[in-house]
Amino acid sequence: MIRDFEGVIIKTVCRAVTPFIQLYGLYVIAHGHYSPGGGFQGGCILAASLILMALAYDIKEVKKQLSEKLNTIFCSLGVIIYAGIGLLCLILGANYLDYGILYKILPVDAAHARSLGILGVEIGVGFTVMAVMISIFLNIASGGQHEEGEER
Amino acid sequence: MRFLTFISILMTTALLAYATLDMPDFGDPSSPASTHVSPVYIQEAYEKTATPNIVTAVLADYRSYDTLGETVVIFTAGVVCMMLLRREK
Repeated sequence: MIRDFEGVIIKTVCRAVTPFIQLYGLYVIAHGHYSPGGGFQGGCILAASLILMALAYDIKEVKKQLSEKLNTIFCSLGVIIYAGIGLLCLILGANYLDYGILYKILPVDAAHARSLGILGVEIGVGFTVMAVMISIFLNIASGGQHEEGEER
Repeated sequence: MRFLTFISILMTTALLAYATLDMPDFGDPSSPASTHVSPVYIQEAYEKTATPNIVTAVLADYRSYDTLGETVVIFTAGVVCMMLLRREK
């Protein structure tokens, strides 16, 4: 069970470090073309920043920053982005998830359209992984009650 | 019954161990895996996808269906966890 720690140092350091963790998570997603990384890893880092907030503060604090409704929307939004890009390729006349055809609607050639298609699906994967990690952590840590911590 | 279980596990283990003898050596350059797909990926991945990281190109372009499946698996895990655990009071 997660308790509201009294320590000022823990809370201050966690609050100060969280934006840098989130920035690094976005960097890992966006830089997946050039270095190890991508949607899965970057999504986990983004989720870790909010899980750190849940550990240092409490679950109410996390739900104040990312409401349960928005988190659930993010869960499905990632899959919708991924499948939607695949469907877009199908509509434009290529096979499902064949990003090369996206050059018809993007101002680049086929190879760079593939590169942008990869970036698009990585962003979708990042959304889903982040939202699912946070949701699973909150549900298991609080037994599905989500009521640790006092109302603020 | 326990003895029969033990014997059947032993026989399956022996069968699987015997089957691995037919596998190519680790890192064998003449194995099917490194003579058909891998050279094509290494030679063509950059010019076809404009992505310097071949791992990303294979993961999200050549093996895109697989990654879509993985994402759906994660989504399903999250939804099932929500369904089983979430309670309003």
